[in-house]
Amino acid sequence: MSDRILAVEGVSKRFGGLQAVRDASLTVEAGRITAVIGPNGAGKTTLFALISGFQTPTGGRILYRGTDVTGMPAHRLARRGMARTFQIVQPFAGLTVLENIAVGAHLHIAGRAAALAAASRVAELVGLDHILQQSAATLTVAGRKRLELARALATSPKLLLLDEVLAGLNPSEIRDMVPIIRAIRERGVTIMMIEHVMQAVMSLAEHIYVLAEGHVIAQGRPAEVVADPRVIEAYLGPGAAARLAGGAHGR
Amino acid sequence: MNLRAFLPIVAVVAALACIPLVIDSNVVLNFLVTALLLTLAGQGWNVLGGYGGQYSFGHAAFFGTGAYATAILQMRYGLNAWAAFAAGIAAGAGVGAAIGALTFRSGLRGSYFALVTLAFAEVLRIIASVAPVTGAGVGILIKLDVGARALQFSSRAAFYWLILALVAIALVVTRLVEQSRFGAWLVAVRENEDAARALGVDATRVKLGAITISAAMAAAAGCFYAQYFLFVDAPIAYGPWISVEALLAPIIGGVGTVFGPLLGALLIKTLGEAAKLVTGDAPGLDLVVYGIVLIVVIAFAPRGVAGVVARCHARLLPPRKASAGVNAA
Repeated sequence: MSDRILAVEGVSKRFGGLQAVRDASLTVEAGRITAVIGPNGAGKTTLFALISGFQTPTGGRILYRGTDVTGMPAHRLARRGMARTFQIVQPFAGLTVLENIAVGAHLHIAGRAAALAAASRVAELVGLDHILQQSAATLTVAGRKRLELARALATSPKLLLLDEVLAGLNPSEIRDMVPIIRAIRERGVTIMMIEHVMQAVMSLAEHIYVLAEGHVIAQGRPAEVVADPRVIEAYLGPGAAARLAGGAHGR
Repeated sequence: MNLRAFLPIVAVVAALACIPLVIDSNVVLNFLVTALLLTLAGQGWNVLGGYGGQYSFGHAAFFGTGAYATAILQMRYGLNAWAAFAAGIAAGAGVGAAIGALTFRSGLRGSYFALVTLAFAEVLRIIASVAPVTGAGVGILIKLDVGARALQFSSRAAFYWLILALVAIALVVTRLVEQSRFGAWLVAVRENEDAARALGVDATRVKLGAITISAAMAAAAGCFYAQYFLFVDAPIAYGPWISVEALLAPIIGGVGTVFGPLLGALLIKTLGEAAKLVTGDAPGLDLVVYGIVLIVVIAFAPRGVAGVVARCHARLLPPRKASAGVNAA
């Protein structure tokens, strides 16, 4: 129990007539990589927004490191060590790569020079150190994803929420990114990730939650989850699991 | 703290300070005083709009509060001119903080923020044009009392050095903001508020800080205006002219740069005067010129005169600039 860094308890979010998240509960163990998967529109990004303080839940509560943080604004959660990236990357386009990362580093470092130094160390970790002075607006998709990661990492987080940092990358870029994420975990940062790239989820995550229609429908180790008929049906439609099994027998 | 970053400010201010020693034409000095007055108001706008991305259409609210506070405190309450000047700056900063608290807390961004600041300035103008304390439609005359104690000087040069000192302070404050964590957060809020919040930036507080500094600078310009012309009324203090000029100077000179407002103020005042010379005092013609210059700048040099200068500089000295950046890192 004591190494549970995050607990989401029966959280719901309603936007007018749309129930985006419905009574979702999950826990994240400290020091592990936990993944949230689910079909498009399952409410994964909304769930992240609720956890990171960008949206306030309409029901339920969120415990972070033992305290109730439901509805706490994003910047205060960041100060308590929760950092997030955005699925749609949000670079500070008018600034250089180094200046972008330094904004994150400034969270705990007041001095400009010290923050820039810390930022260049983080840049090295994610492989951006060769383009520090380049404008963030000129980065490729892969570069922007790394920049998202670097900025969040520069805040020295305890819990890092990654919203599809691998989406839009080609296979070789994904192969480059996976060890970076693993290295971050090795440094003691707990990671919770939303991801569609199953190959990466299977190799990175130690625990997976499956969200469908705003509800957690399955959870467990990666191998268990992908074999779960409920998960297959959530992705491929009702009866798909049975048909798949039948088809396999038919061959 | 990188002291070398302040050298250009020292050089520019020192050069400007020498002008009255070689030129004693009142016309020239009067022109420079009005240009520096605009620089000060424009620098205020630049801190909030250029660095923070919050475009105000109502800096008259701060300028006018400074001007009225200076005049009212002296004429109605017999306060010393220097104290009234300081109180005027504080009052303007207070109005800035109050408007900021109302607008930023309610999450107004972009054009909504611009419209609300315009509305605040207009409401203040209407109140000032009817309230007895401001002299209503008549305005307030500050009694002529030449002497350093009353902050009134017979020589234009003394006024010139006073406004130059205020501009120098504004330049240094802007550079300090630029080099501080607060400045990094302010620019982050301008670039992307949500991303900044995710990185622990309290966007509301940062914007509040920026509007307070910004309003203090604009108010200082207003205080100086009252002291220089010894007259304030509602259309001068809270009229749209100062809101417009305060944003034109930095936009034309270069938003989000330390010297942008100074460059812009000198340029638009020169063009305005030139237009008047060519056509004889046709009313409103300087505004037509401002409009044309604004369109040209936005179309061809969105980063203003300072942006053009920086681009030329980078083209002339590319390798040195790059290595300086790495060293700073």
